[in-house]
Amino acid sequence: MQQLLDNLIQPVFSNPLLNQKHDSAVFDINGVRLAFTTDSYVVKPLFFPGGDIGKLAVCGTLNDLAMSGAKPLYLTCALIIEEGFPMADLQRIVQSMQRTAEEAGVLIVTGDTKVVDKGKGDGVFINTAGIGLIGPGIESNPRRIKAGDSIILNSDLGRHGIAVMLEREGLNFAHEIESDCADLSGLVGDLLAAGIEIHCMRDLTRGGLAAALIELAATARQHIEIREAMLPVNSNVKSACEILGFDPVYIANEGAFIAFVPEEQTEQTLSVLRRHPLGRQASRIGQVKAAHPRGTVTLENVMGVSRVLDLFSGEQLPRIC
Amino acid sequence: MKYLQEYRDPATAKKLVAAIKTAATRPWKIMEVCGGQTHSALKYGIDQLLDGAIELIHGPGCPVCVTPIEYIDKALAIAQVPGVIFCSFGDMLRVPGSASDLLGLKAQGADIRIVYSPLDALTLAQQNPDRQVVFFGVGFETTAPATALAAYQARQLNLNNFTLLVCHVRVPPVIEALLNSSNNKVQGFLGAGHVCSIMGYHEYLPLSLRYRIPIVITGFEPVDLLQGLYMTVKQLEEGRCEVENEYSRVVKAQGNLPAQALLLKVFDTVDRSWRGLGPISGSGLALNADHDGWNAERRFKVANITTQESALCRSGDVLQGLIKPTQCPEFGVRCTPEKPMGATMVSSEGACAAYFHYRIHPHV
Repeated sequence: MQQLLDNLIQPVFSNPLLNQKHDSAVFDINGVRLAFTTDSYVVKPLFFPGGDIGKLAVCGTLNDLAMSGAKPLYLTCALIIEEGFPMADLQRIVQSMQRTAEEAGVLIVTGDTKVVDKGKGDGVFINTAGIGLIGPGIESNPRRIKAGDSIILNSDLGRHGIAVMLEREGLNFAHEIESDCADLSGLVGDLLAAGIEIHCMRDLTRGGLAAALIELAATARQHIEIREAMLPVNSNVKSACEILGFDPVYIANEGAFIAFVPEEQTEQTLSVLRRHPLGRQASRIGQVKAAHPRGTVTLENVMGVSRVLDLFSGEQLPRIC
Repeated sequence: MKYLQEYRDPATAKKLVAAIKTAATRPWKIMEVCGGQTHSALKYGIDQLLDGAIELIHGPGCPVCVTPIEYIDKALAIAQVPGVIFCSFGDMLRVPGSASDLLGLKAQGADIRIVYSPLDALTLAQQNPDRQVVFFGVGFETTAPATALAAYQARQLNLNNFTLLVCHVRVPPVIEALLNSSNNKVQGFLGAGHVCSIMGYHEYLPLSLRYRIPIVITGFEPVDLLQGLYMTVKQLEEGRCEVENEYSRVVKAQGNLPAQALLLKVFDTVDRSWRGLGPISGSGLALNADHDGWNAERRFKVANITTQESALCRSGDVLQGLIKPTQCPEFGVRCTPEKPMGATMVSSEGACAAYFHYRIHPHV
């Protein structure tokens, strides 16, 4: 996927805003700074413990805006519906979108609906775009990451990916695992209101914590070190990962993000986060060590040994035994 | 998570590291047979903790890595037959065959599905009576009983749209082949815990006696590995060569008797070629005459397949412990998990993949 972006798409569309390589494009119109983003949602199953494709499509775009330090204002909604898709399910999905938007205090202000022939879609695909306002002095950008920054994680890892996978594959583990799908814009708003000088934020979606860190380290050309012992993982997720042979650092989340903040603001950041329901488990998971020519991420494991965190190619595949 | 956290306890691990360093008077060469152990050792940095006190040699116990290319090609041929639902364990999908891999075929539209158990494939066959469902049964004695159960049930149900492409392998013959090799430098073995949970460890007693070599049946957590290594080092230092069981919380001497009975009921022991290692006598399991009606090779007539192995890949040397993955000139250069030349770079248990993921790769 990253190769596709880097080799095919980015070069064709290349421009200074796109080349920022951030979750949203950030630009200035008549002195007002805006963040603008879009994302398409294709999830199977459409309904999963802790959420559905509608909630996901709203939260995902809100989170992309929030990661740029923006307060989300308006969203769009485009639906591509496969012929024969049950109306009751569609109603559930759009109601879920509306409820999530309402809770976040944003409006879905325009949209589009297309119906494709049976067999040409997978139930329903959703695209949302969003626009948000960035306050003065706020700049969340990978290029601001610098040596000494603390890396703060708001929650535990891996719940969304595992919840969806268990539901999709029909694997019945004893305890249900719920997706962490949530709107992070309120939590980020709290951090910004507290005056935390956030250098960069990133939500931990596809590829999980590992993919986010590796990409940021490469863009910022820094050596990032994290400590495995500091990574919170829910015990049911941990068990599922053990059984399936997955590593929680590579599993997708929909309500988790990392913030790079100056070391001296570590405690303040943690205390603001922990006051919010989505930040109760906030922890400092690592630090930016020093400039590095290509950027690298190392993980110090529980034994105190460091290893390079590498991207898995393609999807993680369940192992044989 | 009981029985896991205590086996990842850093304090216990550190004590064992110190004990091994004290006990070892020279850098004994010890092979962990199973690929799961290799990954665990690399992931937790066991080799770095031991700092040269002993040398870990990575063994051939990666089912994905040793499945011969001929069977990957057969799988590819069957998966392309119109109407076939081809079921496989997840990590077989990226293993390169002569021209492609299963994931590539899937992207081109072949109906290839990841299953977690052979019985899931059997259920798929029952749910799709108008389709031919094929299960790709690979792996060691650990996964063989589940394949056997699927074949047994298919026969009981007389399910005629279900077949199995079976390429199971056995651990003891490959250990013997390594010990017989003139290149062998292994002085002690960590036996594969999960294989022994099925088979017990009686098969290893004659090997240990005949070749005068310690074999310690070992688990997969860092403390297991260190405890297994410590027990092996103690044997070597004291001049003993016995079969010992570090993994007694899972492995019993007699193993899982119903599973063994099922293997006997469904499979014959056959000679089998191992990818990278070549033919090893008595090292394979194949469907017996009673279950030959469910043999996918027969139903889809894929007996004569011509294969083309990469000439540059040195996975055979890696699987025999003759070189470390990083000593292969192609490692991380033309061979990466994205574009693997050999199966050892693909699998979640392959040694090359373990080095690529857990070590700073020199060329990248």
